[in-house]
Amino acid sequence: MSKALLIDVTKCIGCGLCYEACKESHGFPIPDEQDTDLNATTYTVVQERGEYFVRKLCMHCENPSCASVCPVAALRKTPEGPVSYDPTRCIGCRYCMVACPFEVPRYEWTKAAPLVRKCDMCYERVRAGEATACAEACPEEATVFGERDELLALARRRIRNNPDDYADHIYGEHEVGGTSTLFITPVDYEKLGMKKIAITEPMPRLTWEVLSKIPSIVTVLGTLLTGIWWITNRREEVRRKEQGERSHDHPSGEVSHE
Amino acid sequence: MNSLRLPKITFWRVVLVIVLAAGGYSVVYRLIYGLGAATHLSDGFPWGLWIGFDVLTGVGLAAGGFTLAAVVHIFHMKKYMPIVRSSILTAFLGYLIVGVAITLDIGQPWRIWHPIIMHNPHSVMFEVAWCVMLYTTVLALEFAPIVLERFGWNRLAHAFHVAMVPIVILGVILSTLHQSSLGTLYLIVPEKLYPLWYSPLLPVFFFVSAIGVGLAMVIFESGLSSRAFGHHFEMPILAGIARALVVVLAVFAVLRVDDLFRRDVIRYLFVPRQETYLFFLEFLVGILLPMGLLAVRRIRENPRLLLFSATLVVLGFVLNRLNVSITGMVASSRAAYVPSWMEIAVTLAMVGGGFALFALAVRYLPIIPTEARIRSSHVLQSQKHATPAVPATAG
Repeated sequence: MSKALLIDVTKCIGCGLCYEACKESHGFPIPDEQDTDLNATTYTVVQERGEYFVRKLCMHCENPSCASVCPVAALRKTPEGPVSYDPTRCIGCRYCMVACPFEVPRYEWTKAAPLVRKCDMCYERVRAGEATACAEACPEEATVFGERDELLALARRRIRNNPDDYADHIYGEHEVGGTSTLFITPVDYEKLGMKKIAITEPMPRLTWEVLSKIPSIVTVLGTLLTGIWWITNRREEVRRKEQGERSHDHPSGEVSHE
Repeated sequence: MNSLRLPKITFWRVVLVIVLAAGGYSVVYRLIYGLGAATHLSDGFPWGLWIGFDVLTGVGLAAGGFTLAAVVHIFHMKKYMPIVRSSILTAFLGYLIVGVAITLDIGQPWRIWHPIIMHNPHSVMFEVAWCVMLYTTVLALEFAPIVLERFGWNRLAHAFHVAMVPIVILGVILSTLHQSSLGTLYLIVPEKLYPLWYSPLLPVFFFVSAIGVGLAMVIFESGLSSRAFGHHFEMPILAGIARALVVVLAVFAVLRVDDLFRRDVIRYLFVPRQETYLFFLEFLVGILLPMGLLAVRRIRENPRLLLFSATLVVLGFVLNRLNVSITGMVASSRAAYVPSWMEIAVTLAMVGGGFALFALAVRYLPIIPTEARIRSSHVLQSQKHATPAVPATAG
């Protein structure tokens, strides 16, 4: 079964403990001034949106664009849920950054040989059966770690029991075919600066629809081109033969070329 | 061979040296200090001029190679034989330059070979990487006989001629795949690329426009090299190419407009913003104007106007690729992007280096047909078919 995170914006008090726990568990120094956006050493931030606090982190799509576009399969949707990253495969092409609908992956721009960086949903911990560092650090249960199905049920329950406190939408249930990071929000999520995603189909389908036709293109085009060559070559042979016969009639042996 | 003669100092040579020096400096700087220091790329705008121009545009500009090879070797339109070599040369140089550009653009240049052993068949980039590697090999094979001939290894050159048809077919297939796939790359960003450019037909557009610009480049480079080297401009042949170009441009224009209607985005044409102006510039000046000009016989058969029209097609194509990769992505991105001077310097050095290598190749290799070579190649052709066992002995 696949793990997920549920973030309840109504419960978040903006303490930033998730941010610090994340930095700590990934071995990044904690700066004096809290980061305001993701970067190569910040996999999650808590952003202030009016009276609310909204976390930003990788959405861990069920069918991730980043993993589908990666030419060397450095990014991968693991069966456990996290979208993991193998820095030893990455060539640094940044197609994942272009493709990510949530604009999450970051690059080590200050390094001579940069790699991609993003939240890995504490893949090592999750594999060991533990919760993510952020979920463990949250004092308000604003970030909860668990099975995706169960978290969706929990989210629905919270919305149903307190319809006045929540917008009736689970962000990540259907966006780009579903994600493993889920949000429930007190107001319409767009008002909280979260990205509007109209597409409910997995994005990799868009490219796969074309890529899957390649074997047919190769065989059909190969046959067609060979066929054309065969016909035009035969025509050329016939023409040459006729010319040869004609030149036999002329003892001078002159062949005219157009 | 006049060895030991110092090259003459001309205006363009001085420009070339400056451009190559600036580009060389930037390449070294990029390798030492990294992409962040050398470019204006950012998390908000991860792909810039090097991908947009050096790679996307470069691959397209080199499309004349597979188009002409197919026309001559598969369609047997032998009339175009005299310009095959220069288009294959352009393509070969183009792909070598693209290879260098990709290597510089990725963060881990020494891992450029990773896709060979690390596979992801779902990735368009993976497919492009393989096609470009294979096609560059094909181009090397297509180019080999020219070099072999130069050194008088005609028996070996003849072996290549015999194998040429399957090589060319392979080249056409690979080109069809990756020229279109460069458009497929952008299918994954439906919410980022501006609606005037995002279309499910992007692969088709990229393929058709690549054929168009490939033909335009054949005219363009013949025009330039005839000016530079005083060869005569192969007018009847190029006018034929121009006629085909009109058809390709027309097909492209129809597809493009039809697509705007189908996707119901015509209203975007009336929104007063930068993307709209760029679209009109690309479509009117880069497609419709040269199409109209080249449709007129007098213009098509006038060397100066022919060259002018072909240049419009090339510029329109460049603008199209930059619109898809840069200007069409700006509105949705979190960061502004204007290339750094080093990004521009490297790009100019790629272009300048391409011109210089082309000029050197034309000077030292049998690329541009002389009267003697045209005759001998005709003899070679008829000999080959009459008595295939006899090795060709064309000088």
